[in-house]
Amino acid sequence: MTNDENKEGIGGMANPRRYGIERVAYLLMRLSGLGLLAYFVAHIYETSNILRGQVGWNEFLELTQTTGGHIFLAIVIGMCVFHTVNGVRVMLGHGGVGVGKPARPDYPYDPASQNYRHKIGIYSAIVLAAVAMMYGLAVMFGE
Amino acid sequence: MALVSHIAEEQVSTPVSSSKSITLKIFRYNPEHDDSSKFMEFTVPYEKWTTVLEAILEVKKHFDHSVAVRYSCRQATCGSCGMMINGKPRLACFTKISELDSNVVTVEPMNNFPIIRDLAVKFERLFDTHQKIKPYLIRDDTELETDEREFLQTPEEVEQYIQFANCIKCGLCNSACPTMATDSSFVGPQALAQAYRYVADSRDKGKDSRLKIIDESHGIWRCHFAGSCSQVCPKGVDPAMGIQLLRGYLLGFRS
Repeated sequence: MTNDENKEGIGGMANPRRYGIERVAYLLMRLSGLGLLAYFVAHIYETSNILRGQVGWNEFLELTQTTGGHIFLAIVIGMCVFHTVNGVRVMLGHGGVGVGKPARPDYPYDPASQNYRHKIGIYSAIVLAAVAMMYGLAVMFGE
Repeated sequence: MALVSHIAEEQVSTPVSSSKSITLKIFRYNPEHDDSSKFMEFTVPYEKWTTVLEAILEVKKHFDHSVAVRYSCRQATCGSCGMMINGKPRLACFTKISELDSNVVTVEPMNNFPIIRDLAVKFERLFDTHQKIKPYLIRDDTELETDEREFLQTPEEVEQYIQFANCIKCGLCNSACPTMATDSSFVGPQALAQAYRYVADSRDKGKDSRLKIIDESHGIWRCHFAGSCSQVCPKGVDPAMGIQLLRGYLLGFRS
């Protein structure tokens, strides 16, 4: 049943329900990073179709003109915007910017590093990603 | 002696009177004998002030004395009774049943720690990583060699690290950490926060050696600032802050 080390494993790592919005942002950051990496590889394959000439290139481009293609690209837009905005927040945090100052803690010990500046950063990343996705969908379906 | 036995008899015979009760689900597993784990359920009376540890001890006293649990001080000072309570790492002595807002309280051993039996886990790795970052002041001289006889600090200098000196080595931060969930070699938030505690101490001269220890592939760079460690710390240590400030030294934001 349990592994020797009793590690929580990927299921525990990816469970966003227990530790607030910061853990949700952690999960979304990882998922969007993996998603963008997959898109990067797919994008190289996609653009390599130009070697098949104009006909081959146009055939492949038609894939992105379908409903499924539009939704796929909208998800890519969302991942890209979230990963960028949240990445700036995380990079600043990693340098010790905006994580608060050490001080004698008082009960109930609200952690200073989980402050409103970072929460605003996370919610901003989510909202901006949603807005960018909606704009992208509006442009693609409005063609 | 007669007085002691009288008190003991009185404690044993004290009737449990409470109108409220919860179902306490206790994780049972002995790696030496059992092929799989199971949960045992007990109905335990509680009051507004009853802690989860007291409920477990109630089970041991009246239902099943074989439940394995580690505890000592009962006041969130020794760091012995860390466990998963309703899915989150908490100290059993510091968690009141009435605060959980649930009729079912599930207790399991802390994640990311090998199980000894039932709720008791091994702390060897936590102590090893704690020792690895040199948790003591490093200096070339000593108080005995100086005229001052002691190394004075201003209140501002003390503020830089005193928060991190509150760590009781309970392991809750390591249990909540998403990196610890998958990486057995990760130093962990407890040790990294303690590295900051000594690096930020104005009396310490071992900053470079400590930064060298944590600047490796399974060291500080595996922290992705999820912050779960800080959310579960029962002493307000805020390991996430300490780790980011520590990383600031490595990135050149601090000196």
